[in-house]
Amino acid sequence: MPENKKAKLQRELFNDKKMELVPTRDGYGKGLLTLGKTNPRVVALCADLDESTRSQWFAEKYPERFIQMGIGEQNMVLVAAGLANYGKIPFIASYATFSPGRNNEQIRTTVSLSELPVKIAGAHAGVSVGPDGATHQALEDIALMRVQPNMVVICPCDAVEIEKATVAAAAVHGPVYLRFGRAASPVMTTRKTPFKIGCAEIFWTGKDITIIACGQLVYQALLAARALAKDNITAEVINCHTIKPLDEKTIIASVKKTRAVVTVEEHQIAGGLGSAVAETLVQRLPVPMEFVGVRDRFGESGEPDELLQKFGLTSPYIVTAVRKVLKRKK
Amino acid sequence: MPDIHDKKVRQLEKIANAIRQDIVTMLLAAGSGHTAGPLGLADIFAALYFHVLHHRPQQPNWPERDWLILSAGHLCPVRYAAMAQAGYFPKKELLTLRKLGTRLQGHPERLRLPGAETTSGPLGDGLGQACGIAYGLLLDNKKSRVYCVMSDGEQDCGVIWEAAMFAGKYKLRNLTAIIDRNNIQISGMTEDVMPLESLVEKYKAFNWHVIEINGHNIEEFVDACEEAKTMYTKPTVIIANTIPGRGVPEIEFDYTWHGKPPSAAEAKRFLADLRTIGGKISSEHE
Repeated sequence: MPENKKAKLQRELFNDKKMELVPTRDGYGKGLLTLGKTNPRVVALCADLDESTRSQWFAEKYPERFIQMGIGEQNMVLVAAGLANYGKIPFIASYATFSPGRNNEQIRTTVSLSELPVKIAGAHAGVSVGPDGATHQALEDIALMRVQPNMVVICPCDAVEIEKATVAAAAVHGPVYLRFGRAASPVMTTRKTPFKIGCAEIFWTGKDITIIACGQLVYQALLAARALAKDNITAEVINCHTIKPLDEKTIIASVKKTRAVVTVEEHQIAGGLGSAVAETLVQRLPVPMEFVGVRDRFGESGEPDELLQKFGLTSPYIVTAVRKVLKRKK
Repeated sequence: MPDIHDKKVRQLEKIANAIRQDIVTMLLAAGSGHTAGPLGLADIFAALYFHVLHHRPQQPNWPERDWLILSAGHLCPVRYAAMAQAGYFPKKELLTLRKLGTRLQGHPERLRLPGAETTSGPLGDGLGQACGIAYGLLLDNKKSRVYCVMSDGEQDCGVIWEAAMFAGKYKLRNLTAIIDRNNIQISGMTEDVMPLESLVEKYKAFNWHVIEINGHNIEEFVDACEEAKTMYTKPTVIIANTIPGRGVPEIEFDYTWHGKPPSAAEAKRFLADLRTIGGKISSEHE
């Protein structure tokens, strides 16, 4: 199997019975607990979604450093900006539709333009939020965040990776947006899987197509790569957890080899990971490209798996996109 | 901050007058900007920078300083003028207001101007930031105080009331908010655009200690700042009733002066008014 050994992924990636499913938000909770122990400057704020965002774990262990904001996402950003200005490293958590959705201007003025180390945790991103429906399924948050100068945007692939990302975010000089989902999703990575903000990781090596994915859909990309291998199409799967700054070096090196790209994300195609990759490739190495993502529509209620399928975000759709783009490849 | 005596008050009034003249001069040079609000706040800013605040103009990031947050960023000419008077930067830099490459942006930016403390302009965003700073200071048992100057118009913003609730809940006793109650905003009188009254009752209901003063009476303002320090379980808001355009009789109370600068001829008249205190004294500059 062309799995990249350096990525140190789980041994039994495709064994349904052994694959652990964990909500990515759990990783945020664990990451905060680590920071509580290691970094006295870290404080956590939450807008009345403590349990759901796993901020509660920090609140129970470090009550003096947890600030309950009530349902006030705009003020949460402002208080965090004040705390950061004073010298703290605030992590603020809510659902992504509210933060960075509802409080976008406050983030722009008092965090990004002010270049303050506020870390924004946006939970419940993507259609896989499930039964709550469109109002609670953030599909535009990557776009909102990546257009703000100074903002780092990270969408980790599983609960283990988001734990690492949370800890790493505290060390970033400026603001960071951390995006995560609600549903339990496959844990592909291990403690030993390399993680560095701004460095995309090659999970699967290949030479025919580069599949660039982020978030829990990285697993769907791996499933697609495995399916394609049966037809002698070798896919390179890149876990592009950092959408900004984009790891252009890794992407360009891969695309030079494969000469075709499919991007995969649980987000609007407009403005997300695919857009970021296209902006780079169109200028530096134009190649045929297909986008797997949400096509200019809102989500709806349903079970996470049903919705991922309905919105065309699962591995068969990735396989179809790959076949389509390969036809355009010269 | 010692008790204030008459001589000191007179001194601060003179500084306020100098700040007003600088505001007119810099707005004329800039060719755009806000006139009425900054003129109305000159007395309060003179008192803040020359009596109330613990600060070091040569060391803007002095860790023990009091923090002055200007929430309504468009009022920045009064802050810039007061900072220059206090020695944060050379007075001649005031003439760069709003020009390419300046540290004195049309709305203040913390990264460009040390001592500006926050980046502001979008209304309503200052009080929450002041709350965050105040919360951090209390968390670390620091003695510094946080002052937050707001306009009355920005009390329209919902986020102000989120912050007000927060400050009340967490008993931010080291926070003193100041509302410039000049009754105007860009489209007209505040009570016509979106009625605010009773501001006193509103803040009381949010668990604040409320003091209402004449915002041109420096002694009253300083006393209110002192009184705020005696509050152990509540933040304080000083509602300062002011006259927009104060010091220039021809524009006082006129909301159309909210967002425009004087012409050369107007600036000349305004400066003459300020130098002669409305014609009450003669000026050697005439």
